[in-house]
Amino acid sequence: MSSREAILQRLRNRAGGELTAPECDFSVLKRPDWSTSERIALFERMIESVHGEVHHCTEDSWVDRLAEILGSRCARNLLIPKEHEIGVKLRSSTLEREDLPHLLIYDEAIESWKSVLFNDVDASITSTRGGIAETGSLIMWPNTDEPRLMSLVPPIHVAVLFASELYTTFHEAMQAQNWKAGMPTNALLVSGPSKTADIEQTLAYGVHGPKELIVLIIE
Amino acid sequence: MSETAQHSPHHIDVKEFHPRAHEALHNPQIRHNFRKAMDGLMTKRKSAFEGWDLESLRDLGANVRLRALANLPDLLEQLEKKLTENGIKVHWAVDGDEACRIVRDICKARDAKTVIKGKSMVSEEMELNKYLEEHGIEALESDLGEYIVQLAGETPSHIIMPAIHKNTGEISQLLHDKTGTDLSNDVEYLTAEARLQLREKFMNADVGVSGVNFAVAETGTLCLVENEGNGRMTTTVPKCHIAVTGIEKVVPNLEDVTALLALLTRSATGQHITTYFNMISGPRKAEELDGPDEVHVVLVDNGRSSIYQDDELLDTLRCIRCGACMNHCPVYTRVGGHTYGTTYPGPIGKILMPHLIGLDEGRHLPSASSLCGACGEVCPVKIPIPDLLVRLRQESVDGDKLHPAKVRGHGAKRNALEAMIWKGWSWMHARPGAYRFGTNMAARLRKLQPGQMGGWTQFRTSPKLAPKTFHETLKERGQ
Repeated sequence: MSSREAILQRLRNRAGGELTAPECDFSVLKRPDWSTSERIALFERMIESVHGEVHHCTEDSWVDRLAEILGSRCARNLLIPKEHEIGVKLRSSTLEREDLPHLLIYDEAIESWKSVLFNDVDASITSTRGGIAETGSLIMWPNTDEPRLMSLVPPIHVAVLFASELYTTFHEAMQAQNWKAGMPTNALLVSGPSKTADIEQTLAYGVHGPKELIVLIIE
Repeated sequence: MSETAQHSPHHIDVKEFHPRAHEALHNPQIRHNFRKAMDGLMTKRKSAFEGWDLESLRDLGANVRLRALANLPDLLEQLEKKLTENGIKVHWAVDGDEACRIVRDICKARDAKTVIKGKSMVSEEMELNKYLEEHGIEALESDLGEYIVQLAGETPSHIIMPAIHKNTGEISQLLHDKTGTDLSNDVEYLTAEARLQLREKFMNADVGVSGVNFAVAETGTLCLVENEGNGRMTTTVPKCHIAVTGIEKVVPNLEDVTALLALLTRSATGQHITTYFNMISGPRKAEELDGPDEVHVVLVDNGRSSIYQDDELLDTLRCIRCGACMNHCPVYTRVGGHTYGTTYPGPIGKILMPHLIGLDEGRHLPSASSLCGACGEVCPVKIPIPDLLVRLRQESVDGDKLHPAKVRGHGAKRNALEAMIWKGWSWMHARPGAYRFGTNMAARLRKLQPGQMGGWTQFRTSPKLAPKTFHETLKERGQ
């Protein structure tokens, strides 16, 4: 008998007989209907409590703000999506202005440029699929345009969040976006920069992933 | 798993609990490190649940886990089907050794020489690192705490914070000795050095091995909870990812994960959520530019299907490995994690390990408790840990006719004299005449009571029998 059959058979022929499944009442996870501004305020408070940085922008002002933020950090380059409107806008902006860092595109398989990504990329910018106010989380579904490592390897990660896509709870976001219909190869909730408290419970940021997480909320 | 007794971490004899406890209690550094950490964790947990209807949330957590366990075999098949459809390869292992062999065979087939690991308690249970090293494959831990513990040649002393027994000075010295970093009490410096060392390893590792926090059957999704990003690195950078998980980690729906996640991080470290919640549902697709080409899941039984047989013991399998029971345990806080000598320390270890190593080997575990009940009160999925401790105590002395013992190694602590005394005790209490005679005699002959009563009087004054029985006292009061 294979191990699979042995395990399943032991579980099926349970000595104590069949078990009854209890009802699950998820209402404890529900929250009142908050306004967008209440959700933004809560999101901001939660993500700042874990060292995330929030900037309020508009469709017209976010590139200016991004240039300031990256300028103050002396970032030499910025990894951008190729197809997404964020990337398109940045590429057209860079023709008119000189205060943006050198733009890089993640359009080759990681194997061909791993050491550059790990050692020479200072910052990245990605879109999000919305946010969660209650926990200060960003929802991300990496894809070919914005691969998985884009939000993980560079020391500074900038994420663009549309205020209209801010949900109150994870439960609500998952239902509203109908996740159970099909999940991508990788989906993420990101809440703050990478951190550890493994040395005597002292917080330190950027242990493996970004040291800084900067959220541009577009209102 | 009968070979586990010889094959426990660093050949620590689990039975030597008492000498280790004595040593730990007299080690001010251990006492200080754990007290400080546990006090902080208890306060953080409390404030993280402020504003929540915690009882209803715990009820939901318990029901979500119980519902999953009620359909466990069907869910495992559904999970296997979904994962396979998603392109993930599923393996089954009856015990830790088989799981180790599966991991080795996958590595061998790829000619892999180096494995980078995300935190996984099941892999600790399997002693995977040791096994791989013995077969010529380097296995390196990448969670900072696990990395420190591995450099020190130790095992984790806490399931969430593996290196909690060490202070900054000790860690600085260790990193200096093993990796050549400067001696420093600056945690940021030490962390930055570890980042550099491990980034090299992530880039070059052939295989990544991780654990799983929840496995979702309806979508075939593996969920990993972490703060550092090493879990994401481990599951994304190497060309092959192997996830090892206990068979009990499966839940039917994605929705279930929202309840368990809300409970897990708040109970564990008092965080509203961890930095990363990583959901993996497949290997890299042809058009994708990163992620592993191959993803494997090893479903590990290792004693879980035995626990599953019994209605009461089954509750052990609800555990979501938050560690709140150890954070709140007065015994764990004083003796620290290594005293137990087991993969899982503290209250959850005391109810889980006897099934994995047998009650003969783990005979002292169920008794290493004051039954204060704190663990049961904080458990996010309402495991009645104190009741299970009592049950295992009964098992270890072979219980009685009403409660036949079942756990492997049961009866290991049975003592003929003790059994006879309790038989006499129950005989006397079932017969009023004998009871009155016995208590009268005890009151009259109380002067003959010995002054020294073994372990009891080592730290306490001896209890004195009253000159009159309770019945006599009540009669005098005219009741």
